[in-house]
Amino acid sequence: MSAASTWTIGSVRDALLGKKTSARELVNDFYAQIERRNPELNAFLALCPERAYAQADRVDAAIAKGQPLQPLAGVPVAIKDVISTQGVRTTCGSKILENYTPPYDATAIDRLEKAGAVVMGKTNCDEFAMGSSNENSAYGPVRNPVALDRVPGGSSGGSAAAVAAGLAVVALGTDTGGSIRQPGAYCGIPALMPTYGRVSRYGLIAFASSLDRIGPFATNIADAATVMSVIAGHDSNDSTSAAVPVPDYLAEIENPLTGLRIGVPEDYFGAGLDPEVKTKVQAGISLLERLGCKRVPLKMPHTDYAIATYYIVATAEASSNLARYDGVRYGLRVQGTTLMDMYRKTRERGFGPEVKRRIMLGTYALSSGYYDAYYLRAQKVRSLIARDFASAFEKVDAIVTPTTPTPAFKLGEKTADPLQMYLADIYTVTGSLAGVPGISVPCGTKATGLPIGMQIFGSHFDEARVLQLARAFEKAGGFSI
Amino acid sequence: MKISREEVLRVAQLAHLELAPEEVETYRAQLDEILAYIGKLQELDVSNVEPMTQMLPRTAGGATPADAEPELRDDVPLPCNVGGAVLAEAPDAARPFFRVPKVIER
Repeated sequence: MSAASTWTIGSVRDALLGKKTSARELVNDFYAQIERRNPELNAFLALCPERAYAQADRVDAAIAKGQPLQPLAGVPVAIKDVISTQGVRTTCGSKILENYTPPYDATAIDRLEKAGAVVMGKTNCDEFAMGSSNENSAYGPVRNPVALDRVPGGSSGGSAAAVAAGLAVVALGTDTGGSIRQPGAYCGIPALMPTYGRVSRYGLIAFASSLDRIGPFATNIADAATVMSVIAGHDSNDSTSAAVPVPDYLAEIENPLTGLRIGVPEDYFGAGLDPEVKTKVQAGISLLERLGCKRVPLKMPHTDYAIATYYIVATAEASSNLARYDGVRYGLRVQGTTLMDMYRKTRERGFGPEVKRRIMLGTYALSSGYYDAYYLRAQKVRSLIARDFASAFEKVDAIVTPTTPTPAFKLGEKTADPLQMYLADIYTVTGSLAGVPGISVPCGTKATGLPIGMQIFGSHFDEARVLQLARAFEKAGGFSI
Repeated sequence: MKISREEVLRVAQLAHLELAPEEVETYRAQLDEILAYIGKLQELDVSNVEPMTQMLPRTAGGATPADAEPELRDDVPLPCNVGGAVLAEAPDAARPFFRVPKVIER
């Protein structure tokens, strides 16, 4: 691993306070690493040195004046390219936004920068966050830094790869059905999907509005907790963001686990689960028991219906959200003889195959004659899945499962079969549909060296519990179990 | 078969997508397989289940951690001088308008 990969939020802070480096030097070093590694990884789509150096200089000036350091002062961060950055090209991994430059910053970006973070650039992702492998990016796939012939996962593959390769200390991704947790598992780093409504979606370019969430990738739990404390909280620009008080996550994560009840749903350990993944996650659960947790067997009977539900709900919302790309207000325009002709030619040229497939599936599910059978029924099954979680959390404090049934697959392995690709999200979409928070933490590797992820769900707005369990697991060596 | 060629064309039209002739059968077959899989939702009895239309959790008493009412700001106008920045991103604009092909014949 590169020298850059050893940096954490804490070590950046110590180095800046101890005058071992400056924020400007750090930005320089990280850009040098990115220049060296990005040609093979394809993790970054755009860099923003002007903005990064300006922010670094502000941090250095504050240090020179002896001002107290902000929580993320001088920390290089990478941002998934579906999150708006004022003046920095934001493509969503799509040709339709190839030359789009947002006129404003997302709230999460604004909060990161106010906390001193240095935005280095925008990371590659599946087009409009639709995918589980990053192969749906219009700008080429990202490669997994752990094994270059493998996918990094998706859709936030660029953010995961950047952090895993030491090209950023932390990164923001977005999770709609597993797009933070699954690439976190595939690249071997912690990756947190917060509760729906915990982090403002203002400036997040919408895929499925009842599912989309912004959350952090990091190399350790303390860093994930620090980023969460900065980005979480109510925002008057997002009516779905919740006015629930945000705890000091960093202060909560060292609490002992004694007496915590962890639910283990048998439905997540059935057919299709790689035996090595199963063994490691079970070892991970035993470790949590040794740390003081009580294991509670669970049944979550609607788990098996989650993928089908998700691919109706998410595509229906996507078909509505993506109607805005019509060549009128922003992005690509392909000239046509009539307005309708222009819409159709623009969308034909601008969208890739997976996006078109999902728009069509969602349009079909919402169309007259099929609405009750598909969309309405899926929304009802979604209630049943949410109920599975609600009744589980009457008995347990957290739920522990594998993050994915298998580790990272090979590039090209699943591109010909969309349904097989969808099934890679089988353990993550449940929590997405229910709105609860979930983290993926590294849980050893296969004999081949490919990382395995263990997922911890908490109840709504209980990220603190999820992070506390993850931190105890990390401290006890669980990441390399 | 869940979805026919004609239905694929109808859906593409509804979604303002133009499909190349060779794409129609590819999408038809893929959508067919996906819809067949999604058919498993028919196994469940949902006759007494409400659709999930709210993301904030409801407890048995109906309360949510964020209370039932969303936090609404006071209804006062705030400055919103973004017209120039927004139009700057448009493929074709003549301030204060977006320009599109002629839609009204006369």
